[in-house]
Amino acid sequence: MGMNERPALVIIGGGMAGQRLLEALVAKGFQARTGLRIVLIGAEPAVGYNRILLSPLLAGEVERDALWGRPAEWYRAEGIELHRGDPVVAIDRSRRRLTTASGAGVNYHRLVIATGSRTRRVRVLGDAREGVSEFRTLGDVDALLEDDLVDLPVCVVGAGLLGLEAAEGLRQRGARVTVVHRGAWPMNRQLDAEGGRQLAARLASRGLAFELERTLAEMRADRGGRLQALKLDDGRWLEAQRLIHAAGIEANFELGRDAGLECGQGICVDDRLVSSDPLIHALGECCEHRGATFGLVEPIWAQVEVLAAVLCGEPGCFEPLPSATRLKISGIALYAFGDPCPCAGDRWLRYFDPGSGDYRALCLNGGVIRAGNLINDTRLGPAWYHHFLARTPVEPGDDWLFDAASIARPSQHQDPIEEIA
Amino acid sequence: MITTATTCPYCGVGCGVLVQHDRQMPIAVSGDRAHPANFGRLCVKGSALHETLGEHGRVLHPRVDGVETRWDDAIDAVVTRLRATIERHGAESVAGYLSGQLLTEDYYVANKLFKGFIGTPHLDTNSRLCMASAVAGHKRAFGADAVPCCYEDLEQARLLVIVGSNLAWNHPVLFQRVSEAKRRDPALKVVVIDPRMTETCEIADLFLGLRTGGDIRLFNGLLAYLSREDGLNRDFIRTHTEGFEEALAEAQRAPDTVAEIAKACGLAPTSVETFYRWFAREPRVVTLFSQGTNQSDRGTDRVNAIINCHLAGGRIGYPGAGPFSITGQPNAMGGREVGGLANQLAAHMDYHTPGALERVTRFWATPALTPRLPSAPGHKAVALIEALERGEIQALWVMATNPAVSLPDSQRVRRALERCPLVIVSEAMESADTLAYADIVLPASSWAEKDGTVTNSERRISRQRGMLPPPGEARHDWQALCEVAAGLGYGDAFDYQAPWQIFDEHARLSGFENDDTHGRRLFDISALAGLDAAGYDALAPIQWPVNARAPHGTSRLFEDARFATPNHRARLVPIVDEADTAADRDFILNTGRIRDQWHTMTRTARSTRLNRHRAEPFVELHPDDAAALKIRQDALVRLDNPRGSFLGRARLMPGQRRGELFVPIHWNHHFTTAGLASALTERRCDPISGQPASKSARVRIMALPTRWEASVLLERMPQRNRLAALGIDYWTQTPLRRCVRLQLAASVAPTREALFEALFGGEPTLWSEPSDGIHFRAAWLEAGRLRGWLRVAPAPFEFDDDWLDLRFADASLELDARRRLLAGRGLDERPQGRIICSCHQVGQRPIQCALEEGCLDIEALGQRLRCGTQCGSCIPELKRMIGQANHAREADISDAG
Repeated sequence: MGMNERPALVIIGGGMAGQRLLEALVAKGFQARTGLRIVLIGAEPAVGYNRILLSPLLAGEVERDALWGRPAEWYRAEGIELHRGDPVVAIDRSRRRLTTASGAGVNYHRLVIATGSRTRRVRVLGDAREGVSEFRTLGDVDALLEDDLVDLPVCVVGAGLLGLEAAEGLRQRGARVTVVHRGAWPMNRQLDAEGGRQLAARLASRGLAFELERTLAEMRADRGGRLQALKLDDGRWLEAQRLIHAAGIEANFELGRDAGLECGQGICVDDRLVSSDPLIHALGECCEHRGATFGLVEPIWAQVEVLAAVLCGEPGCFEPLPSATRLKISGIALYAFGDPCPCAGDRWLRYFDPGSGDYRALCLNGGVIRAGNLINDTRLGPAWYHHFLARTPVEPGDDWLFDAASIARPSQHQDPIEEIA
Repeated sequence: MITTATTCPYCGVGCGVLVQHDRQMPIAVSGDRAHPANFGRLCVKGSALHETLGEHGRVLHPRVDGVETRWDDAIDAVVTRLRATIERHGAESVAGYLSGQLLTEDYYVANKLFKGFIGTPHLDTNSRLCMASAVAGHKRAFGADAVPCCYEDLEQARLLVIVGSNLAWNHPVLFQRVSEAKRRDPALKVVVIDPRMTETCEIADLFLGLRTGGDIRLFNGLLAYLSREDGLNRDFIRTHTEGFEEALAEAQRAPDTVAEIAKACGLAPTSVETFYRWFAREPRVVTLFSQGTNQSDRGTDRVNAIINCHLAGGRIGYPGAGPFSITGQPNAMGGREVGGLANQLAAHMDYHTPGALERVTRFWATPALTPRLPSAPGHKAVALIEALERGEIQALWVMATNPAVSLPDSQRVRRALERCPLVIVSEAMESADTLAYADIVLPASSWAEKDGTVTNSERRISRQRGMLPPPGEARHDWQALCEVAAGLGYGDAFDYQAPWQIFDEHARLSGFENDDTHGRRLFDISALAGLDAAGYDALAPIQWPVNARAPHGTSRLFEDARFATPNHRARLVPIVDEADTAADRDFILNTGRIRDQWHTMTRTARSTRLNRHRAEPFVELHPDDAAALKIRQDALVRLDNPRGSFLGRARLMPGQRRGELFVPIHWNHHFTTAGLASALTERRCDPISGQPASKSARVRIMALPTRWEASVLLERMPQRNRLAALGIDYWTQTPLRRCVRLQLAASVAPTREALFEALFGGEPTLWSEPSDGIHFRAAWLEAGRLRGWLRVAPAPFEFDDDWLDLRFADASLELDARRRLLAGRGLDERPQGRIICSCHQVGQRPIQCALEEGCLDIEALGQRLRCGTQCGSCIPELKRMIGQANHAREADISDAG
């Protein structure tokens, strides 16, 4: 890391956004075109693994190796310098120099901050030194898998995407899992009430316990500081030797904030993903664009495309689109888009098959699609989503619950979901 | 595998059918190339014959007072009760009501038993409903119930006038023969005269869409025109006819200019002029007529108005000329040959035929028994019902017909049947509404089992050959009749062991004292007497008369211009003009058949594909009338008059005259709530023939206030009272292969709970709903099997019931199929739409696609989709679609230009 080396593009963050950016830059021949080196600095010891596969890993559905798309040689071959397990702690913008936790200094010519997000921990009275964790990183999963999970009483806080995946993964490892959720149904940001109930029923039938419209009030540990029980806000105590915080995320933006970059909930960027410092970009869950932060992969992939272009000196403009959530909780596929909260003038079309667990719901409002939920059989999702984006005028006939695929797709929109799938 | 040559049991064309079977089940049917009626062709109904068989839905055991009994006990009950009735009320309190579906042999035995031995003249037949006016007209003009023409005349004519017949749908094979003849010889002109523009107009060079009831004026006008424009054959008139002057004078009483006639008939003067000119100039002209002519209170006069024109022009008795009545039923003519009409005695002899009573008595006498024939005609069908109402008839034996559906003013008929102390019903199908009124039910054999002869519309006698054993305890009607005759003590005269013996006696009677000494009768098949079992079985189709002078049969009558009247002259009959139909708010109701159903559907509804062409009862009306009444396409409408009501789906047809409606005659209480055309028709009859006027009832029409409609598929038809309890105002059931499809409608939506409970016995397994809270879909599964399917939604009903029907057969539904259930069709399958080609099950949608892709002629469509390549009865409809597609293309091109 000497002073006389070629100038570098430095990416802080070896998560999915950083990795995707690397791929895009390599594909574009960034180094040859700009003469810049690429340096990636990751806080975690592992770089470039697929965080989405953490749940299947926890559930025992995939091998650990499956998390990596690129072998270590790839980085070498592409001339990418990796610094792992050593988070950047400070940015000196005047000297264009970074300092890492180990004290190393790295100069940058351009900088991309892709530090991602962390779990937002709910406040619980009491203290337990052992047994409280998160579900964000490979390290979190490795730590959980160190223990014998069979029959272990576990509480997961939060029945969003993350919480359900953690809960289901732990259940599959044999744990007795209770999910405590403030909302009236799981995934209430994505699913309407019926869909949420269907999903809860489906998961409950597999053995997950739900405490809905509940929060945690207090925790109790044994003398060794090991978690023993949790008290709900209605006064009941749950036996729990593990507590997994999974109720939402917040951006890791402090590095930028401390460097004096303009920040809100994240590091503020413009449509070219440039922060208030023209040499510094922010990408992914750590950034804030037009007041919005990001938690799903789809818009972040769009950001990557824009940023790769911008870094190569091409035009680029990030136009956020409402995202579709597509996930899989051990065999239960889910596809959701739009805001499922009730709204005046909504007309919901719904399909139920409690026997197979299929659920389809489409919300129309003002002659266009406003939201859609699919559980299990999600094949109609992309077609609905296209019409949703295109604001296709639709008849409120219940044919849509079965045959949106047969309705001509609006051609101006490509299907980002299908591209990554 | 055995192949049996037999005859189709449907319309009066009488096509030869080859049936492949294994003595238990028929495997396939095809047209018999050797049969001169069809030369191998078959229509869609005929080619689906094997699909209508099987034991399900058959009457298998006798019932007495609703309790199943052994056959012998049922015969005992018939005998005991008939005897008691005769003892208490006299022989004339007993009546029989037969059918053009019976074989000649059944008919002969019935006529002999009722008239000859029980001694009641009250034996009539459902042929009264379709052919009586033609019979009466023939008798007035020719002196006998004799159809002069043969089918070849249709092909040899240069002008074919089709009056009151949708030949394309009701006699499809004849229509094909005419179409082919016209293709070979484009000079063959076809005129279609009908209030409706039907599929038959496909081959018309000229269509006269005259107002209902304009027939007499039109043909009287033709007679006057022939006289005025040198179209008469004065030699023929002078030598071979009588009554010409009187007939012409009557025809000329009303203003007889073409313009006046056109106005009175609701036609364009140029069309009338063209028709008249063609008729006047063309020697080879055949006028083919059917129920549109006959089913009127002036039916006989209409027939004679037509025959008058043929006689005045001498257009009869040579190839390609003559008036040609086409019968509706397979054996309408055979029934008349034995004397099955109430005004006939036997073998074309009437009560007033000199010496006939005595002659028949002698013929039927045995050493031990003397017949006691009644001396005067009995009640014709409608009068028979009135006699039931008056209590004069105390016992009625109904055979092979469904009068609760088919007789006019059916509510009254049903009440009369209810009143009658003894109703015996010989029937093959449980779905016949009339069974509900039976005190004694005798299970009858049906088409594939029956053995005997039938006579088609061209006087051709053909063998119907039994090939399967009758199911359960079903027996042949002649056997039941003989057993009852024996029980009543007439065994001596009814000692038949097989149909050939009956036929032999029938043939002998036709020739009995049929000579110049005793007076000649035209109906004479004496040359067929003496056939033994083998000779009878080998009998090839042959046209009567078949006698010493014509041992090989007679294809055309009156070639010598000697008619069957005493002076051998044909008679022209003066025909008084029909009264103008007063215009009022009511609509005139026309009735008729559709292509793929037969009569009261007891047989054809057993074939799934035949149910597809028109799945529900319907009302056709002109789009302008519909607009004025705010009736949409496919809306449910209600027809009313003081006699009854009819519910069906509106079909907006520009080919329908304004102020006139059309309903099909097929649906009945077994298949729908109120689909009886006969509930509305009047008992008003032709005074001469006694044939009811089934095509001119007055009705009002209104849209049914329907707020709720549902399509249901379930394993079997639910109890009707359950539907009533749900407040269902309208239902129609369509039997599919593995389930029943129900179409339901109500003015007030039933609650879901009640609906689920009544139809499916509980909550659905899966369901979907739009937010309006009314429309939804649901399905019921049991251990992975589909048990019920429901869709609450207004018309049109777009789902693939074929695909769903198949799902009912799945032992366990595949997940993908389960997910498609409520869509009502498989993933890659768009619903076919209405089936156009029944033979190959090709629907509207694929045809439309092919048209859009440029398959713009019949051959191209046939190559692509196979539609129209088998029976051809859909070709008119295909051509209409091609025409529309061409029209649309031209419109596109002109828009683009």
